[in-house]
Amino acid sequence: MNEFPPEEATAAPTPPPGPFEDWQRLDPKAVVASTALVVAPMFPIVAIMAVSDDGSTRTLTTAGVLLGVVVLTLVGSWLRWYFTRFRVTAERFELREGNISRSFRSIPRERVRSVDLTAPVVHRLLGISVVKIGTGQKAGSEGELKLDAISTARAEELRRLLLRPRAGTTPESATPPVADSAEETGTELARMRPTWYLYSTLTASLLLFTWAAVGSALSTLSDVFRALWAADTATDWLSDTASSVWTHAPLWAVVVAAVVTVLVGGLLGALAFSVEMWWGFRLTREGDATLRVRRGLLTTRAVSLERRRLRGVELAEPMLLRLAGGSRLTAVATGLEHGETSGRSDNKALLPPAPRGVAGRIGALVLERPGTLEDGAPLRAHPRVALRRRLSRVLLPALLLASGLAVAAHQSEVVPWWSWLVPLGTAPPAVVLAWDAYRNLGHGHRDEYLVTRYGTGVKRTVLLQREGIIGWRISQSPLQRLAGLLTVSATTAAGNGYYSVRDAEAEQGLSFAESCVPGLLSPFLEKNSEFTSESVDSLDGTSHERAKKRTDHP
Amino acid sequence: MIDVGGTEGGVRLRAPRHRVARRAVLWWSCQAASRVVVLLAAVGFGAWWSPFPNRALVIALIVLGVLGIGYVTVMPWWRYRVHRWETTESAVYTAAGWLSREWRVAPMSRIQTVDTARGPLQRALGLSSVTVTTASAAGPLTIDGLERDVAADLAERLTRTTQATPGDAT
Repeated sequence: MNEFPPEEATAAPTPPPGPFEDWQRLDPKAVVASTALVVAPMFPIVAIMAVSDDGSTRTLTTAGVLLGVVVLTLVGSWLRWYFTRFRVTAERFELREGNISRSFRSIPRERVRSVDLTAPVVHRLLGISVVKIGTGQKAGSEGELKLDAISTARAEELRRLLLRPRAGTTPESATPPVADSAEETGTELARMRPTWYLYSTLTASLLLFTWAAVGSALSTLSDVFRALWAADTATDWLSDTASSVWTHAPLWAVVVAAVVTVLVGGLLGALAFSVEMWWGFRLTREGDATLRVRRGLLTTRAVSLERRRLRGVELAEPMLLRLAGGSRLTAVATGLEHGETSGRSDNKALLPPAPRGVAGRIGALVLERPGTLEDGAPLRAHPRVALRRRLSRVLLPALLLASGLAVAAHQSEVVPWWSWLVPLGTAPPAVVLAWDAYRNLGHGHRDEYLVTRYGTGVKRTVLLQREGIIGWRISQSPLQRLAGLLTVSATTAAGNGYYSVRDAEAEQGLSFAESCVPGLLSPFLEKNSEFTSESVDSLDGTSHERAKKRTDHP
Repeated sequence: MIDVGGTEGGVRLRAPRHRVARRAVLWWSCQAASRVVVLLAAVGFGAWWSPFPNRALVIALIVLGVLGIGYVTVMPWWRYRVHRWETTESAVYTAAGWLSREWRVAPMSRIQTVDTARGPLQRALGLSSVTVTTASAAGPLTIDGLERDVAADLAERLTRTTQATPGDAT
């Protein structure tokens, strides 16, 4: 291990060439930041206790325990700081950490796919940032190296160093100071508009998220109160008032008031949340190589994405947002977390929920295409059988349930006679949804991109670079076989791992796949008239020999 | 090789050239039988412990038994008809499933790893599975029930071919 650099090296205004060549420490202020995270929630507790102090020893004991926790945290994060070192050599990024179980991780710099900077409030006050270095490996924590935290200026420097296309392998050539000033500005592709907050407020997931957050916050608070017996009188008063209102006001008023409170509270919460998420949003292109998203009011986030890792974009329109004419734009890229496994989609967002036209235009800009994503030939619609499948999928269960209930009502007195009308009542909206799901199905080409569109709850349009397709997965259920349909999925290293064209007409789907990546599927296709598929070798040994021969001598 | 020349319509997937080992039928049968036995045991246990003599459970047991026998006898042979594999100089191609079918294609140039796996039952039967992964989280191709030597040879050959072709489009 090399000697550690003297402190002046980090504080010097002009860093020497190859600024991360020697082993580096994290910023000492990280110790303060992580301790503050633990200490901050204690203040209200201590405050409440101080106010409701009855001179008992309980207050003292609790204070002592809390102090102990603070000291432990301080020591723990100091140890973490003390044992964590990182460096960037000409070839690799290396990270040593851990005091009890020591770990050393070394990744080639060419494997670095993304460098993201996050600064929660405390970090921002201290001028430091958390750096996450993504390598695009599948397993969540394995693929990500985290530096918590280094000074924001150095984090910027590190990001630029790691994401720069490697011109040469010597550290001198890897840090030309001219490029830094040029990249500082970047080309702005989009910036936040105030009206967009309304769109993000509409996103239903945000509403739910807000309520989950409020709920958990309330339950935490009530736990605190209950633990301290500090609010007995308050709760008594509250429940008294509530019960008097409950008994004196008409029921409908109470219900309406509750609903209005929930809705308004949810909307305000979602608005606040989306402002926090998207405040100061900017999408910029730095040089030719990198896209950059910066946003956040309290916690700032800066996500970088190399152009060559970008395999396409996805327009997602959740139902509420779609009704308002809005859409979300996300990146389909390698090295970002996978949507299905993580559920955390915020680091692949290219744009806040915004008007569909804007999303289409910015999407085209990101992919360096003229016009908007909607330009080009209309997508090919899927056969009517696909509609029948969707209709029967929603109607058959409703019909079965209705007939079951009708029989039950006929047999017994308990089931009311009108009960079979209830599942039938769900049929009209279900038909509308099925029709919508069918109408949204489509696939086609836009130059070098495969386009697929599907979904009704969330309508998704995916543009996937055809070069990024690394295989096909074609599936057919028995019902699809009867209907002459199949589902064609293009597998890719980016995004979800695969993108499907659902319920395509069999021949169209296959020739579509073949036209997307010419030559990959064609050896395994045959004309319908030629019936050669049964020319299968029955003996495995001989077939194996032949396979070998074919591979060796094409 | 058949050249479809990008013609619209009249095209379909042909079956891959090679079947898996015939003993794979036995392997699938064992798996199916164990599944059915567990299910029947669970239902039978319920019927036995049921506080009142329950005719419905007994009928369910009989129906499940009949279905189970059908499953154990039909499914493996059906699978044997469907499961096939093939390699060309440029791609690996597999077909799998029985009621629902799935075909997978991966180009040689995008293959990352080639693994062979042998469970205890497969080892007893002298069978092997070969799994071919690409950079996609969704794209592994698995060929189950290969003759052991065939599997080893296939894995070796694929590894050699993929080492020669760099780049995996990540």
